[in-house]
Amino acid sequence: MDHKKTVTKLLLAVVCMFGFGFALVPLYDVFCDITGINGKTKGRYELSDDKSMTIDESRLVRVQFTTSNNENMPWEFRPVVSEIKVHPGELISVDFFARNPTDKHMVAQAVPSLSPSQGIDYFHKTECFCFNQQALGPREEVLMPLRFVVDKALPQELRVLTLSYTLFDQPVVSKVENRADALNFKIAAH
Amino acid sequence: MSATAETALDNTHSDEHHGPAKGIARWLFTTNHKDIGSMYLWFSFIMFLLGGCMALTIRAELFQPGLQLIEPEFFNQMTTLHGLIMVFGAVMPAFVGLANWMIPMMVGAPDMALPRMNNWSFWILPFAFTLLVSTLFMEGGAPNFGWTFYAPLSTTYAPDTVTYFIFGVHMMGISSIMGAINVIATILNMRAPGMTLMKMPLFVWTWLITAFLLIAVMPVLAGVVTMMLMDVHFGTSFFNAAGGGDPVLFQHIFWFFGHPEVYIMILPAFGVVSQIIPTFSRKPLFGYHSMVYAVASIAILSFIVWAHHMFTVGMPLFGELFFMYATMLIAVPTGVKVFNWITTMFRGSLTFETPMLFSIAFVVLFTIGGFSGLMLAIAPSDFQYHDTYFVVAHFHYVLVPGAIFGIFAAVYYWLPKWCGRMYSETLGKWHFWLSFVGMNLAFFPMHFLGLAGMPRRIPDYALQFADFNQISTVGAFMFGSAQLLFLFLVIKAIRSGEPATDQVWESAEGLEWTIPSPAPYHTFSTPPEIK
Repeated sequence: MDHKKTVTKLLLAVVCMFGFGFALVPLYDVFCDITGINGKTKGRYELSDDKSMTIDESRLVRVQFTTSNNENMPWEFRPVVSEIKVHPGELISVDFFARNPTDKHMVAQAVPSLSPSQGIDYFHKTECFCFNQQALGPREEVLMPLRFVVDKALPQELRVLTLSYTLFDQPVVSKVENRADALNFKIAAH
Repeated sequence: MSATAETALDNTHSDEHHGPAKGIARWLFTTNHKDIGSMYLWFSFIMFLLGGCMALTIRAELFQPGLQLIEPEFFNQMTTLHGLIMVFGAVMPAFVGLANWMIPMMVGAPDMALPRMNNWSFWILPFAFTLLVSTLFMEGGAPNFGWTFYAPLSTTYAPDTVTYFIFGVHMMGISSIMGAINVIATILNMRAPGMTLMKMPLFVWTWLITAFLLIAVMPVLAGVVTMMLMDVHFGTSFFNAAGGGDPVLFQHIFWFFGHPEVYIMILPAFGVVSQIIPTFSRKPLFGYHSMVYAVASIAILSFIVWAHHMFTVGMPLFGELFFMYATMLIAVPTGVKVFNWITTMFRGSLTFETPMLFSIAFVVLFTIGGFSGLMLAIAPSDFQYHDTYFVVAHFHYVLVPGAIFGIFAAVYYWLPKWCGRMYSETLGKWHFWLSFVGMNLAFFPMHFLGLAGMPRRIPDYALQFADFNQISTVGAFMFGSAQLLFLFLVIKAIRSGEPATDQVWESAEGLEWTIPSPAPYHTFSTPPEIK
């Protein structure tokens, strides 16, 4: 009996499903991006058209900032102000403070999340330290800027937006930098 | 046309009466579906006892509040290995064993479609489980992150032995996929002339659908453990938020596999029960067609309900509602099946031999498990039940009196055909009642514990949970010791049971009852005629 055809088809299905498992990774991101679930904020927002420059003075929205460190992340990390009131359409700039208390070069990545997630489409960051990794030398400290606009189209029922950042250690990157440092030191010693 | 020509060729070429090889070589190199079926069944029973010992270790520790016997770390290893061994080592291989034994005999085929691959898919398993169980004796201990191995517990915080676990799962997956391919090829290509799809016994139907589920989801499981492997060893960040990944993604991919997986473990049991209930009711199965469609609908729905396992991760309202209603929809085809089983028994001339007892218990207790499943499906109440003993009670009610009673029923029903000897009905009834009472004592109180708020996967608990936990432990030990009786009675039947007739059961129908008992080493070398 000839089972070759059946087996070939089934093996093909197996390979496709294995691929599908991996395809779920980008699909999941795309899905979360489209639906705005998962609290992931959008990337850099370009302020270009004129209408975005008008400010809706009639409303005030409270924007709160919270920070946390992922475990084993020794940095001090906090917002300079923890809450501000903004008019929709207003370009706001706030700072976050970070300090590396260790003796080592470290690289960190902040991951933002916005709550409630219905607000994600209306919270535009024109500049954010979370767009890049942050490198700090031993005991170095820095003020990191965040510039954002709350869209005028923000639904009326949303009065408070909470932006939270979690700071993650990037040990692989840090290790490379430290090794480079040690190397430079050796070269300098020579 | 070419198929018949080849069959004729086969008949002239094969030496008709050669039996099995002698000694260990028979088992190592066999391509005979009956030998391989027996090996699968024995292997799964050994795994069942091993996983059972782990369950009893857990129950012994939980007999009293506080820590008495084992360390919390070891407790976590026990819950993890118990789950993995029971799912991948006991239930799944047992059903593959039944498939190997019965499917060729039920569709009138001489063997499985791909006998050499069949041998290989069995012999991978002992190695896979040696790999998994050997971690118990390694530094750092066995995997301790639960059988659902959620990242980052299984990546960032995993013991080093996670790599053994990953390769073990890969091997089990390869074995299951090959088994499934074999089942599908056998059923689609090797049915006796005249056996149309809609004339196939329900056990064959449920296995065909199960095999497609296996083909669809085992590769996804392989994918998710591969991602873990890369996260652990190659610096990727699939599930690591720091690198742009997402731990919740793990749960989505895992349950995309995991939910169809629970149907993989129950559909063949549906098939077994659908064979047995008509026999002992002396009536044909009520609603054959609706049974087939119900199984197919359950299988299709199983792909769109996975996130009901993760209502508490912070899904949007739409997601909660979608997965809640989709899950509840599964109750409809399941209800059709339960209705048909009961209607088959209705006004039948029932007798209560051991296979029938296990089948009736299956219908009643699986339905209880189904109802607690519906309670868990209600998203707002799931926030209360999530990760409590209520969940443990629920899935043990669908797996123990569901999958495992289905397997017991099948073994009692077909054992006389396999070995040509009857088991002792008295011992069988003892086994049934001890299992029935023990299992209910063990798992029913867990509903109350869960509703009262006892979390799952903890070695210690608050004082007010002590009474129910003690009852549960007593029941567990009762259920566990009943399985030694089962082992004894099976060995006794094989060695010294009364000879069985070819028909075995008065009104059993199907091709497997037309061949002698014990089933000869080679059956249906010439395909039977199906009217």
